[in-house]
Amino acid sequence: MPVEYWLIFILIVMIIASIAALEMKDILSSIVAIGVVGLGVSLSFLFLQAPDLAIVQFLFEIFALIILVKAFLGKDYHIEEPSRINKILAGVTVITLAAIFIFSVSVFELLPPFGEPLMTTSQYYLENGAKDTGAANLVSSIILDYRAYDTLGEITVLFTAILGAFTILRIKSKSKKDKTELSHAAK
Amino acid sequence: MQQNDGMTLIVKTVTRISVWMILLYGIYIIFHGHLSPGGGFAGGVIIALALLNVLLAFGRKFTSEWLNISFLHDLESASATLFLVIGILGISLGGAFLANFMNKGELFALLSAGTILTLNIFIGIKVGMSLFLVVWVLAGSKIVKGE
Amino acid sequence: MIVYLLCFLLLLVGLYGVLTKRDLIKIILSIGILGYAVNLLLILFAYRKDSVYPILAKGKEVAQMVDPLPQALVLTSIVIELGTTAMLVALAIKLFEKYQTFDISQIRRLKG
Repeated sequence: MPVEYWLIFILIVMIIASIAALEMKDILSSIVAIGVVGLGVSLSFLFLQAPDLAIVQFLFEIFALIILVKAFLGKDYHIEEPSRINKILAGVTVITLAAIFIFSVSVFELLPPFGEPLMTTSQYYLENGAKDTGAANLVSSIILDYRAYDTLGEITVLFTAILGAFTILRIKSKSKKDKTELSHAAK
Repeated sequence: MQQNDGMTLIVKTVTRISVWMILLYGIYIIFHGHLSPGGGFAGGVIIALALLNVLLAFGRKFTSEWLNISFLHDLESASATLFLVIGILGISLGGAFLANFMNKGELFALLSAGTILTLNIFIGIKVGMSLFLVVWVLAGSKIVKGE
Repeated sequence: MIVYLLCFLLLLVGLYGVLTKRDLIKIILSIGILGYAVNLLLILFAYRKDSVYPILAKGKEVAQMVDPLPQALVLTSIVIELGTTAMLVALAIKLFEKYQTFDISQIRRLKG
């Protein structure tokens, strides 16, 4: 069976799972459905001959699941039922997205067909990667030698994101004090 | 041992054995990043998951005694800085920023590929520590709110 | 071709979630779906028929390999996504502490 059929099957499962994740009421079910989507992506990476990415995606999935469950489970809150105008707006959005999808078909026809990439720069990497860098894993030789700038930027972005999360969560004591003061004032 | 901290005795016993295996696997993935699938990113996430395993099984109090959290902060910042230091050394020794100036060694040997192995190790430490610390802060915020 | 279109459909599903959902958790999940779709689309462009993964092995003759460049780019993108998700979760927790809800319409109403 060619790779393409497997990919079509996995993609259909992923689309169904993502729609289910968005439409389900229960948060735990949504998070599990997102897990299905992520593992489908990981499986597709394996079919597309990218074992590096499959490992990272799989671990990403586990990690995201832990973060989401730990942060959101057991929080009691109420979402208002969508009013009529919201439903109309959602319908308009769906119609617009469907139109975008139909018009984009001709754009995808312009791209090189599936299975035949252009490979202009990559051919050089494939031929000279092992000789230039001494690494057997050519993906590794690209991210850390040919394009190490990218990795430096990636580290910077990660550092900033983590720093942002820290800063946001550290403001707690002050806002909590405000809240207690407010509740005292209300009493 | 605290009674109401963390999970049950079975989970704790299994965790006590499994954490070291997961850590070893993460280190293996990092060190073989230039030979086989994996590398600094995957290995770093595995190390973060191993530490997270301890946090989930044993609870926050035990983990803060077992690990020195401020040292993890230092390790995270230091690895990012060392990445830059390697890059600047590349200017003086190799002629370009982040140039591969070390001895490339033999193909398929463990100690080869020059700076790639070094940078992989730094990235692994950086990714692992920062991801663990994020979950540490997230979990901490939850406990404070429950009071 | 049909694979590209299905992957694009997945991206549009994520976009639909971001545009119409009012639950903050659902919005975070939709952003996750968007990220998955974009990463997968890039790797789909890199695939070459009848070729192997771009890793040399001892004793194996060099065969035709897939394009390694998009793989390297997506590898960094996945880790950045993880950091972004963590930051979004932190923001959502902060909002929940202040307003006791994840409904963005209520959060907007409480502001003024």
